[in-house]
Amino acid sequence: MITNDQLADPWTMPLEDIDVSEPTLYSQDAWRPYFARLREQDPVHYQATSPFGPFWSITRFADIVEVDKNHQDFSSEPTIIIGDLGDDLPVEQFISMDPPKHDVQRRAVQPVVAPKNLKDMEGLIRSRVCTILDDLPVGETFDWVEHVSINLTTQMLATLFDFPFEERSKLTYWSDLAAGTPELTGGDGDPEERMAGMQDCLATFTRIWHERKASGEDSMDLISLMQRDPNTGDMVDRPMEFLGNILLLIIGGNDTTRNSATGGVLALNENPAEYEKLRANPALIPSMVSEVIRWQTPLAHMRRTATRDVEFQGKQIHKGDKVVMWYLSGNRDEDAIDNADEFIIDRANPRHHISFGFGVHRCMGNRLAEMQLRILWEEIMKRFSFVEVVAEPERVRSNFVRGYATLPVKLHAL
Amino acid sequence: MPSITLIEFTGETHTIEAEIGKSLMLNAIDQGIPGIDADCGGAGACGTCHCFVESQWQGSTGEADALEESMLGMRPDRTEYSRLSCQIDVSSDMDGLIVRLPEDQM
Repeated sequence: MITNDQLADPWTMPLEDIDVSEPTLYSQDAWRPYFARLREQDPVHYQATSPFGPFWSITRFADIVEVDKNHQDFSSEPTIIIGDLGDDLPVEQFISMDPPKHDVQRRAVQPVVAPKNLKDMEGLIRSRVCTILDDLPVGETFDWVEHVSINLTTQMLATLFDFPFEERSKLTYWSDLAAGTPELTGGDGDPEERMAGMQDCLATFTRIWHERKASGEDSMDLISLMQRDPNTGDMVDRPMEFLGNILLLIIGGNDTTRNSATGGVLALNENPAEYEKLRANPALIPSMVSEVIRWQTPLAHMRRTATRDVEFQGKQIHKGDKVVMWYLSGNRDEDAIDNADEFIIDRANPRHHISFGFGVHRCMGNRLAEMQLRILWEEIMKRFSFVEVVAEPERVRSNFVRGYATLPVKLHAL
Repeated sequence: MPSITLIEFTGETHTIEAEIGKSLMLNAIDQGIPGIDADCGGAGACGTCHCFVESQWQGSTGEADALEESMLGMRPDRTEYSRLSCQIDVSSDMDGLIVRLPEDQM
């Protein structure tokens, strides 16, 4: 494992040696200058060797949009993370499918995050946020990740699946296991533990599927929606597709919002003038939420695979090559976003960021994520004058999930 | 300059003098019309500038291309009148055009 002082100087090392798949760049939060150099000098960058094999890095905002839009040339199959899945657990999921199969499976579950359903859920989410915040100790050091971010997103996820509420911590556990191995994303998860966890996940959801089917209730949870749609109504009979889509929805609804819920606290602490702006004008919360999602970029990349030889920005990409869109870099591209390295809660156009991706795979739950974060901050501002970060966060070792394992904080009452 | 009317879901009506050659989305945003997000900035890649073009105007606004079709296809409120306003370039024959905006962008 490389440590921070072993990382080469980003501006003098040979360009061809810059390997942005190195997970230490993220666990040590050292990635910024490496991407800055690539955006400036080699925006479509070929990495000949890496633990994940050769791959292309797309680092500029506009180029990422082009690749993300072009699902004919840049396929989401067989997978959308940099590491290959391997043969031991060949899951299939609609994020890793191209149209038309992607479209019908996505449409089946999309109603759960449709605006009308979100309005119905707002009161429930707010009451849960209030309970979580009211239970926190004022003036004592505690871990924001565990007590707020994980707690909030896991409760939400249990609701979306109508998963047994008292067993909901399993959802977080499976989510962390699913994409956390060295082969997939450079994480430090154990492949055997992952396999056991994935089997438990599949068995649990298969049981829930059959119980729900037998109950005959006409509810709006994700499992019921899949059962009602003719395109997905028999998915339980295709276990790898069932597991894949369950994992997609678990990770999509969990890791992402969780890390933005933590990232916002960190960003405001690192930028006290912005915290001051927020205190003076809580109406900035919706705009701040978009800025937090950009600043955090909870998923650092999405991968595509070239379906044919393509010339792109003067580079020859070959059929079968991995093409990795670094959303984390696109969100720092000065050509697309003014003062992109800065956290500014009242930007002119805060929604213009790349964290949700673009094209047919654009994040399905984006409005739900924004709503959860908006409610969280509305309720925080009603209770606390300062959520103070009292020690450095511990960051997740992964080139995919850009997140936090811990963030020690202390609350100050209003 | 063609005169274009945008009607919000609430019924609120806005009439703008639109610039020819510029997209309907940019015309609306630049004149401060609410109800369009346009997260991707006009690449036709996010679906958040959705609008409904009244049938008699569909000839002048043209048809959605494949990418626009696939983005529209994921919207639960999609109708035969659905378009992405960033993919409609304002032209001289759009004087009097009426478009309606959806309840929500997503």
